[in-house]
Amino acid sequence: MATVPLAHHFRTPAQQHHAALLGMWMFLITEVLLFGAVFLGYVVYRANPALHGGFVAASEHLGQSVFGFEHVPFLGAFNTVILLGSSFTMALAVRAAQVGNQSSLVRNLGLTMILGTIFLGIKAYEYHHDWDIGLIPGFKFDKAAWAGTGVDARHVELFFVFYFVLTGLHAIHMFIGMGLLGVLWVRSRMGRFGREYYTPIELAGLYWHFVDVVWIFLYPLLYLIRH
Amino acid sequence: MLAEIALFPKTASTIAGDIDSLYFFIIGVTVAISTVTALVLVYFTIRYHRKRPDEVPKPIHGSLALELTWTLIPLVIVLIMFGWSVKLYFRILVAPEDAVEIYVTGRQWMWKVQHPEGQREILGYLPSSVEGVPDPGSEMHVPVGVPVKLILTSEDVIHSFYVPDFRLKQDAVPGRYTTLWFQATKPGRYRMFCAEYCGTNHSKMGGWIVAQEQSEFQQWLSSKADRSLALKGRAQFLKQQCISCHTGDADARAPVLEGIYNQKRQMADGSTVIADEAYLRESIVNPRARIAAGFQPIMPPYQGQLSEEELLELIAYLKSLKRGDIPPRNEETPPPAVKPDALPEPNKP
Amino acid sequence: MSTVAYSPPKAEPIPVAGDYGPETRVDYINCAWGVRSWLLTVDHKRIALLYLFAITAMFFLGGAFAVLIRIELLTPKSDLFEPDTYNRMFTMHGIVMTFFFLIPGVPSVLGNFLLPIMLGAKDLAFPKLNLASWYIYILGCLLTLAGIIWGGIDTGWTFYTPYSTRSAHTSVMPVAVGVLVLGFSSILTALNFIVTTHTMRAPGLTWFKLPLFVWSSYATSLVVMLGTPVITTTLVLVAVERFAGVGIFDPKAGGDPVLFQHLFWFYSHPAVYIMILPAMGVISELVTAFSRKTIFGYQFVAFASMAIAVFGFLVWGHHMFVSGQSPYASTIFSLISYVVAIPSAVKVFNWTATLYKGSISWATPMLYAIGFIGLFTIGGLTGLVLASPPVDVHVTDTYFVVAHFHYVMVGGTIMAYMGGLHYWWPKMTGRMYPEGWAKAAALLVFFGFNLTFFPQFLVGYAGMNRRYASYVDEFQVLNVLSTAGASILGFGFLLPFGYFGWSLRYAKAAGPNPWGATGLEWTTESPPPPHNFEVTPTVTLPPYEYATHN
Repeated sequence: MATVPLAHHFRTPAQQHHAALLGMWMFLITEVLLFGAVFLGYVVYRANPALHGGFVAASEHLGQSVFGFEHVPFLGAFNTVILLGSSFTMALAVRAAQVGNQSSLVRNLGLTMILGTIFLGIKAYEYHHDWDIGLIPGFKFDKAAWAGTGVDARHVELFFVFYFVLTGLHAIHMFIGMGLLGVLWVRSRMGRFGREYYTPIELAGLYWHFVDVVWIFLYPLLYLIRH
Repeated sequence: MLAEIALFPKTASTIAGDIDSLYFFIIGVTVAISTVTALVLVYFTIRYHRKRPDEVPKPIHGSLALELTWTLIPLVIVLIMFGWSVKLYFRILVAPEDAVEIYVTGRQWMWKVQHPEGQREILGYLPSSVEGVPDPGSEMHVPVGVPVKLILTSEDVIHSFYVPDFRLKQDAVPGRYTTLWFQATKPGRYRMFCAEYCGTNHSKMGGWIVAQEQSEFQQWLSSKADRSLALKGRAQFLKQQCISCHTGDADARAPVLEGIYNQKRQMADGSTVIADEAYLRESIVNPRARIAAGFQPIMPPYQGQLSEEELLELIAYLKSLKRGDIPPRNEETPPPAVKPDALPEPNKP
Repeated sequence: MSTVAYSPPKAEPIPVAGDYGPETRVDYINCAWGVRSWLLTVDHKRIALLYLFAITAMFFLGGAFAVLIRIELLTPKSDLFEPDTYNRMFTMHGIVMTFFFLIPGVPSVLGNFLLPIMLGAKDLAFPKLNLASWYIYILGCLLTLAGIIWGGIDTGWTFYTPYSTRSAHTSVMPVAVGVLVLGFSSILTALNFIVTTHTMRAPGLTWFKLPLFVWSSYATSLVVMLGTPVITTTLVLVAVERFAGVGIFDPKAGGDPVLFQHLFWFYSHPAVYIMILPAMGVISELVTAFSRKTIFGYQFVAFASMAIAVFGFLVWGHHMFVSGQSPYASTIFSLISYVVAIPSAVKVFNWTATLYKGSISWATPMLYAIGFIGLFTIGGLTGLVLASPPVDVHVTDTYFVVAHFHYVMVGGTIMAYMGGLHYWWPKMTGRMYPEGWAKAAALLVFFGFNLTFFPQFLVGYAGMNRRYASYVDEFQVLNVLSTAGASILGFGFLLPFGYFGWSLRYAKAAGPNPWGATGLEWTTESPPPPHNFEVTPTVTLPPYEYATHN
């Protein structure tokens, strides 16, 4: 059965739990601002009439780049569903920890990791495809492909800078989340968590949901908007 | 020796005296408040110096009346400062309609000045300015008693055009135009500096503003006369083949540009814009940003294909265009783009 | 359980050596020995000392650059250094001082040591995270030092684009990454402080019984948490632009250099409050302790901190009045900049009123506190000149601005830091510092400071630009005065370095409460035991109740 490890400087487990939870929320607030600054830059540029055409063209290119789907950002949509699903299994894992359901906890953490891996795999495929067709700003960007299309290739490149910074930051957060889940999965199998002590699972859940929510903003802003 | 110590800048523009008044008001308040605070502090510190080691004074927890007093009175004072500032600020921002326009382009580490009549001057780090002070020949001539509007941009990093004796400065930002206007009040030589850090020779990127009486200035202009800026722009207009679409015919593929400057223009998306320098520039470097109503987006972007100077020349030409100024196509000998009597005699080398 | 009540010392306020018997007590310093016990400690007090060493080193590094700058500016021509070298000097002075000393200084040293003790807690909420932030700070330092040694950096501490991304041929990358890494250290410390203040207060210690240092640390931490991530991403974008050669802020590819300025100042103006707010908290503690009076208008001083934290986020545009920013935006930023002056003024008036009918000691920390109030008043009020757009058009990027922020940062933050260090030195080390030497140093700092920076107001309004390797002859006299002051100031900062070191071995023992001050930190031993208190204290009284039990 799980026992509560109480650090020396806390008076009660409740105080320790409260501190941990508040800490995670505070951390997530800083994360909002971390992404927020790049979002802001992106939105300001997108709203700039001089850059708008290039941004829209680039964003359409994201949509129709794979599997021949015209104007449907298929991979992005699929990844959104995957990530929402992983949030669902993560919520189930937290619930399982709270009610002390050991097997459900291990299973749902495992499922969350599998879904996370699928997401990162698809993201890697998308990046690879971008490399193939020369959409990597500064390193392999095919300016000639945009000649005669009526948009300025440098504005398209600028869009892809934001695309890679935003999705790259998000992917780094996914990797960190996967690492956390891995550790928790091992510790869950060892029976460290239960009804009395599930703080780390809850914190990892908050983090995972946050990363999910970031994607919910990224997907429409980068892939869907056509204006 | 004493005469060489600068404790206060000269007052050489119409705005300088007013800025000094506001400055002295704020500094006066500053000095008054800090002096009173310091005196009270020192007085309390001495008057209530601890007499016995076990002395414990009576506590005073505060006073709402006092708190309100020293919140509200300073608030009123700063609001006065704010009001005064805004009034003066908009005088600095809004240039008179009839201001003489001079284009100034910054680059590491010099300012290229172009007068509307085509004269060019260079301020800044010249080969002859070896140490400390900029080259004495690094001058920019302006008339006294006439509003002068500088249209600033930069070719590389951000610079800032600063004339302390006018109390004015404005950043020159690459990729956009900013403006700065002044009216010099006294003839003289005034120092000009770059105020935004821009690299190795930042501190040498300056020179002298030479303010001259009108007659003297006109004399200088004619002694330095060159082909007019608009004339050069006209050559560009022909060279870049602008003329093949922008003809003088109302049913051409592109808008007629005669008299376009400062006109209200209808856009394809229903909005309207004033065709100022910024719009004209955008329409050349990135024409698809805003499409004029009734036209197709067929013009190629000229970003990167024209130097800042060539852009300035083109814009000067567009601004000079009056009804009937656009030459018929394939015309070989360009007539003057501005009224001939406004042009000084060109210098023959 | 012990209750906290104040009783003034009966006779000699400062105990003499040997009063407290031979050193047999276990405290946080002698509880463990060896390098490992320091480098792997999770005790907030030991981490505070680790910070003290690192930050002092960075302070003297930044100071050395300042000395070189002042020597070069003795003469108008750039004769000691090439302009390129001078440009590196002022850049590295600015970067080291702001990011590595002023921003972490008071919170990481004094805050880390005192916050848990003032709250009656055994440690911060996340002790391991606290140690991690020290290592992140060190990593940031090492990256930056690598950049400084490997060619230096010449962008100015503001990293303005496109100069920093296109034009500068110096080690921008390691320094930018170092500053970016450092941001995480600040964020983690701030997060720790906020959670600790919320969850770790001793029984009975309600929000309005908190010492004002805790209030100001709390307000600072909020600003750090909301501002720092923005500079982090901004520097990431600068690094990407420089590394990949793309144009995020470079207009050649459609980017906007002014957007960088918005993002930069969105953090860096609040960062000024990150530097000054904890210092204000220190002053509230000093003024009350050395006048033995409760603070005048506790709630006003506390809420002034919060008001500064909130309004401080809405004034960044006053750095950009000549940048080409919309004049309407400038007007709004100007208005809010004027309003943000009010809470600072309220604090100054309340501190002054606290002295009224007090029992004022002239001990060194109080000298620094009084110096702070005077100099901060000048620094703050000259800010009113800069908040006015038309006057700012003239004085921005001149020495007027340099003088203004040095009055706030050196005259304010460093004065408070020095005052706080003297005040809590007995608590941190168990030893008194030598009072005579300390008073002499405080006076040297005060006079040296004024001689250094007051002439800069004049030379700035006369039109001397900042970041100038060479200047015109008319400005030389004022610059010579300034350099003379700087040499006195430098000496004043070197003295404490000597006598603090001396005091560790030779000075008399301090005892738990050498100043006869209130506050939980003075109820425990000096130096405090490893877990701060033998028994968890219960708080029944508001802070600064000097008279209640007399």
